[in-house]
Amino acid sequence: MDMLAGKVKMTQQSVNTAMNPTDALERPIRLTARDVTVHYGTKQALHGISIDIPDRAVTSFIGPSGCGKSTFLRCINRMNDTIEGAKVGGTIKLDGEDIYDPALDVVELRARIGMVFQKPNPFPKSIYENVAYGPKIHGLARSKTDMDEIVVSSLRKAGLFEEVKDRLNEPGTGLSGGQQQRLCIARAIAVGPEVILMDEPCSALDPIATAIIEELIDELRENYTIVIVTHSMQQAARVSQRTAFFHLGNLIEEGVTEDIFTNPVNKQTQDYIMGRIG
Amino acid sequence: MTDMLSTGHQASVERTKLIRAGLQRRHLSESIFKGLGLAAIILALGFVALLFIDIVRKGAPAFTQANLHLSVSFDPAIIGVEAPPVRAAGQSDADFQAANLKWQRDLAMLNWNKVVEASLRAAAPAGFEIDSKELMAIAETDARHEIREMFVADPSLLGKTVKVDVLASANAANWIRGNIDRSLGDAQQQLSAPARSLIDEMVASGAISNGFAWSIFTNVDSRSAPASAGLLGAFVGTLWMMLIVIVLAVPIGVASAIYLEEFAPKSRITDFIEVNINNLAAVPSIVFGLLGAAAFINYMHLPISAPIVGGLVLTLMTLPTIIIATRGALLGVSPALRQAALGMGASKTQMVFHHVLPVTFPSILTATILGVAHALGETAPLLLIGMKAFVAAVPVTPFDQATALPVQIYLWQGNENRNFFEPRTAAAIMVLLLVMICLNGVAIYLRSRLEKRA
Repeated sequence: MDMLAGKVKMTQQSVNTAMNPTDALERPIRLTARDVTVHYGTKQALHGISIDIPDRAVTSFIGPSGCGKSTFLRCINRMNDTIEGAKVGGTIKLDGEDIYDPALDVVELRARIGMVFQKPNPFPKSIYENVAYGPKIHGLARSKTDMDEIVVSSLRKAGLFEEVKDRLNEPGTGLSGGQQQRLCIARAIAVGPEVILMDEPCSALDPIATAIIEELIDELRENYTIVIVTHSMQQAARVSQRTAFFHLGNLIEEGVTEDIFTNPVNKQTQDYIMGRIG
Repeated sequence: MTDMLSTGHQASVERTKLIRAGLQRRHLSESIFKGLGLAAIILALGFVALLFIDIVRKGAPAFTQANLHLSVSFDPAIIGVEAPPVRAAGQSDADFQAANLKWQRDLAMLNWNKVVEASLRAAAPAGFEIDSKELMAIAETDARHEIREMFVADPSLLGKTVKVDVLASANAANWIRGNIDRSLGDAQQQLSAPARSLIDEMVASGAISNGFAWSIFTNVDSRSAPASAGLLGAFVGTLWMMLIVIVLAVPIGVASAIYLEEFAPKSRITDFIEVNINNLAAVPSIVFGLLGAAAFINYMHLPISAPIVGGLVLTLMTLPTIIIATRGALLGVSPALRQAALGMGASKTQMVFHHVLPVTFPSILTATILGVAHALGETAPLLLIGMKAFVAAVPVTPFDQATALPVQIYLWQGNENRNFFEPRTAAAIMVLLLVMICLNGVAIYLRSRLEKRA
């Protein structure tokens, strides 16, 4: 019954594109980070980040270059594990489950938390194979028809299907930058993740491709918890319901996007938003 | 105001002048550098062209060889042989086989040179005076084997006369080719005066003519019959070694490189291994030969002079090259591709085998083939494991005695019959170069095909 009510509510949301800012607060918390620190060798990159990220909303991380926003994002799906000499402290929980628990398989974690990178990085394979790769390695498709369905629906959700339906067997690297990034989003969606992390997904794209991706992000938040790192404050204001401001490895301020941009509590946040730092 | 403007203008004119002055110098140094580069390339190409022209000029004549066209008469009186045994009624299988064997043994015991000599005499003009030994020096010594084989294969030839081509001896070939100074006295000539004049007459009458030297490709090396010496044994030896190197060095090398580059934790031990692999690539090849002799022959008791040992030594020699090239290729893969795979939840192994290896495969393949080609051209390590022995047989297994193409070149280069073996050595070099060009061609072909697909 509750679920049904949620669905009805969601449909309404999709009708009014702008979500009521307080709505994001009411949503259950999906990810909890407490005192997260990151060291690269002797250099400390993050100084105790604590934040709650709500379900099915877009949370954006903003801040000047080198502030640690991407580093923190990469803690959430343990991509920092792949960097030599990186040490992560504190706890991050997904639905109350510690993602740094040694018993937890990072492969499973990354299937639940997908990622889209700064530069579009499709595999040098066909469009179809790009999207099918995740379901294939995780064994999500039982048959060829299953797989076809997953690929088509993922491409549809990423708003790319109509553009590529006649050339699914052509290489994904032959698409335009914006299309490649949507292909990467489709690839992430194909595994059926609960959370999608986006690390400056539009920084390599032109304004039109950026607008398309932003629109897509807005649609995707109906079904996914999205965390996006961006250096564009306008983008954060446009797509996110909650915003966190990072500076020099610290989380300075975090809250409903509208509040952060119109009425920041912290002086540093204010300076950054006014363009005085960064 | 106008003053300030003019001084500003003045300054910019000065600056432009300075830049122009510098430009000339820059252009000059650029053209000097370009010129030097061009000169270097022309020089290098010149040397390569010189090498090829020299080899082809020397080697080409070796692909044709003087043949004697003889009418061989299988005269029972000369051969002194009976007709092959005919199975008598009631004779048992064993008896008949024994009789047959005895007949063949008898054939082998006969002096087939008599048949050759008679044929040669028949080819000479009527009444030509020449000593039997001098006469026989015209034909290659293995002519008698050729004629005997013919007869064994077809005993019905008895009493018939057939046209047979046999190889002229190396000395005769030298004389015909003009490699020998005709004005030298008898004492300095390999062939006697009558033999030399007979050869000239036979050439004039068409009884001797040049034909394609199939023997180079179909025969094994020979010292007793140098004119029939061929490369087949060495070629097959090289093929065996190539097979062993590819089967062993490629998987081991590529797997080591993948482990070191992708999986091994960065530690002192891996650093140490890395430094040592790099050093191994620079170890002189003859040292690998010594290692092979000590490890594979003395310790493991593998047969001496065998392609298996040669292949193992060349494998050891090629491994560092393959490992370094593969690591370089893996290192060149963009981190974005790795992150994409890991971000999708691929395990490290899946990342390597699904994404990194397919991308690097063309360069790994090329490096590997070039490494193998380089190894197959090696001579020094093979000398130390006994592959310079004279082997007159085609190796049927890699455990048989054999030699290799580069070693065959080395052996022929040192042959005492310089006049005959100089062109033949050049011909062998041409065959080796052809093998190398084929290998490199395969590498280029596969690379372009795989890159097109990717």
